[in-house]
Amino acid sequence: MSGPFASPSPSPLTRRGFLAATGALSLAATLTACGGDGGSTGGSSAKAVSQADIDKAMKTPTELTFWTWVPNIDKEVALFEKKYPAVKVKVVNAGQGTPQYTKLRTALKAGSGAPDMVQLEFQAIPTFTVTDSLLDLRPYGAAKLKSTFVDWTWGQVSGSGGEVWAIPQDTGPMGMLYRKDIFDKHGIEVPTTWDEFAAAARKLHKADPDVYLTNLAANQPAAWHGLLWQAGGKPYVTSGRSDITVSVDDAVSRKLGDYWGALAKEGVIGVEPDFTDGWYAALNKGKYATWLTGAWGPAFLSGSAKATAGKWRVAPLPQWDAAKPSAGNWGGSTTAVVRSTKNPVAAAVFAQFLNSDPASARMFATEQFFFPATKALLADSSFLGDAPAFYGGQKVNKVFAEISTEVDPSFQWPPFLDRVATDWTETVGKSLADKSDTVRALGSWQSRITTFAKSQGFTVKGG
Amino acid sequence: MATTPARRGHGTAGALFIAPFMALFLLLFLAPLGYAAYLSLFQERLIGGSTFVGLDNYVTALKDPLLLKGIGRVALFFVIQVPVMLLLALVLALALDSGLLRLARVIRLGIFVPYAVPSVIAALMWGYLYGPDFGPFAQISHDLHLPAPHFLSDSWMLGSLANIVTWEFAGYNMIILYAALRTIPAELYEAAAMDGAGAWRIAWSIKLPALRPALTLTLLFSVIGSFQLFNEPNLLMKVAPDVIDSSYTANLYAYSVAFISQQTNYAATVSFILGLVIVIVSYAFLLTANRGRTS
Repeated sequence: MSGPFASPSPSPLTRRGFLAATGALSLAATLTACGGDGGSTGGSSAKAVSQADIDKAMKTPTELTFWTWVPNIDKEVALFEKKYPAVKVKVVNAGQGTPQYTKLRTALKAGSGAPDMVQLEFQAIPTFTVTDSLLDLRPYGAAKLKSTFVDWTWGQVSGSGGEVWAIPQDTGPMGMLYRKDIFDKHGIEVPTTWDEFAAAARKLHKADPDVYLTNLAANQPAAWHGLLWQAGGKPYVTSGRSDITVSVDDAVSRKLGDYWGALAKEGVIGVEPDFTDGWYAALNKGKYATWLTGAWGPAFLSGSAKATAGKWRVAPLPQWDAAKPSAGNWGGSTTAVVRSTKNPVAAAVFAQFLNSDPASARMFATEQFFFPATKALLADSSFLGDAPAFYGGQKVNKVFAEISTEVDPSFQWPPFLDRVATDWTETVGKSLADKSDTVRALGSWQSRITTFAKSQGFTVKGG
Repeated sequence: MATTPARRGHGTAGALFIAPFMALFLLLFLAPLGYAAYLSLFQERLIGGSTFVGLDNYVTALKDPLLLKGIGRVALFFVIQVPVMLLLALVLALALDSGLLRLARVIRLGIFVPYAVPSVIAALMWGYLYGPDFGPFAQISHDLHLPAPHFLSDSWMLGSLANIVTWEFAGYNMIILYAALRTIPAELYEAAAMDGAGAWRIAWSIKLPALRPALTLTLLFSVIGSFQLFNEPNLLMKVAPDVIDSSYTANLYAYSVAFISQQTNYAATVSFILGLVIVIVSYAFLLTANRGRTS
């Protein structure tokens, strides 16, 4: 509800006065300065910028603006400013994930106010390349970094024409955090296949009705996509600029829908929204015996479920085919350069330095507890040897480093992620929460995406 | 047409006096409105850019089940929540005005305080109170071995939202009504007392009729507020994403169309239609109220 817009007046309202007032409120709520052409200014060709030009730009006093939600990133930025004293970087926290993307889109449409560099999650990249909002980093030497980064992360930042749209910063290959004490108490072996996992879910809930093997949050499309990724799904395949194949209702997806839908319907897993008060309390109280999450999960959990220190262990996700282990990814992000930047060289050098400079990349792992995207760190003995007490001294990073090698590099994201994610929650997620037919919900999801894509001018194939 | 110099001077002065208002009104109100109307006639696609589509967006919107359902839901909300809230506000205002309450100032302030709490905070607070696992109501029912009330379930949600909104705005409406009551001249009460009217008779025959304009005002605010319901469902969406979807209310739908689907043009259309609905409903109430007074 909106507040008052006028002080109570002693005289009766006139019709005309209120007509004006009502119209105002309804419109002001939703839209103001949207629309119009953003006007992309970059106009970059794939022609390489010479080293001399790069050197010159890095010695020219410049101020760059960087939108990021990463806490304490000033420390990494300081490394950059130390190496390039002429370039100053202004760090702005414009919100994490979607709120920041909304602001970025508004700034791009308005044609002013957009930053030079921006933190983007992997899945958000196509949403911004379809609007020509990102700068191809190849002319600034980014192609040389291909071998520095884990293959699948490079696949995530590469465009269909070989463009490099962003530089990977951190990743979230998915694994399973589990409560060893609960497993031991009920004689449950760590499940290595999804069949074993389902059997364990039924067994555990039967043994203790207050405990569930896991929680598949009905509001978390990112987790679903990670599991779909692991199962070998290829939900979105884009070719060219305007062709997209949508298959969120194919055999792989249905296998997943059937599996999780059944567990949710039986009530042997939880489906409550994650990252809410109730969810945090549930983790602390031991309502869930596992959390299927990205490699950022272990550090996050040790800060959020302090009451359970020492009781957790880490394992890979259960497999569909134990002979061919595979993994999916949930989370992680990149640094991209906004195409409207007036300092493309300095911005591109910054994006590369921040994530590929060995000292800066290591700092992300030790200061922010990010799970690395560089091959060097994933083979680094001190990183792999870390044995946190929260996980009973297990070498957590080592487990996830192995998982990271099993992530399929060809998984793609749709060019309208927000819509797809919301539609997931309102169809598939809702079916999990309502204990209704999840496979049928996949069909509604598919048709919602298809309808939206067509209305946006895409040529939609598959189904 | 008497155009004496004096009158003409008067006209110029008047125009000058309203000029600042008119300038702001044009710039901050009519211009955005016009721009939104203009936007609603186009369709911008991710592939293919912007095209003029005339009234196509309006045709689509009027057949859009999500929009119609959202409007239907807020209409239901309005029909149930507003009478409860206004009745509560009226009773409280009359009780305060009766002078029979002790600590009237404290009570008045206490009832008004929820309005001063930002609705974002209020919704977060209620989200916690309603929590199905760890909220206080759930805990109490757990201790009493009763099933926990599902405030955030599909069938309860509208009622839970109505409760939040009532809590927030009953005090606000009470203040408006109370202020109107204080303006009733004391002679009327004296005359009524002379005629032998008791407290109830005075309330019914003097206070209520005198409250009519104020009640109309609060009703209009409520029409607008109900149909634009946004903050509370938007925040409870986070704790009950399976119940509140992005088209739960019409205003929420306009927002999600603009910022999730990036269909700015369609969002403008939806907003216009919502604005139109509000105008029609409010106008209908105003007409009814005014007719009642003149007859």
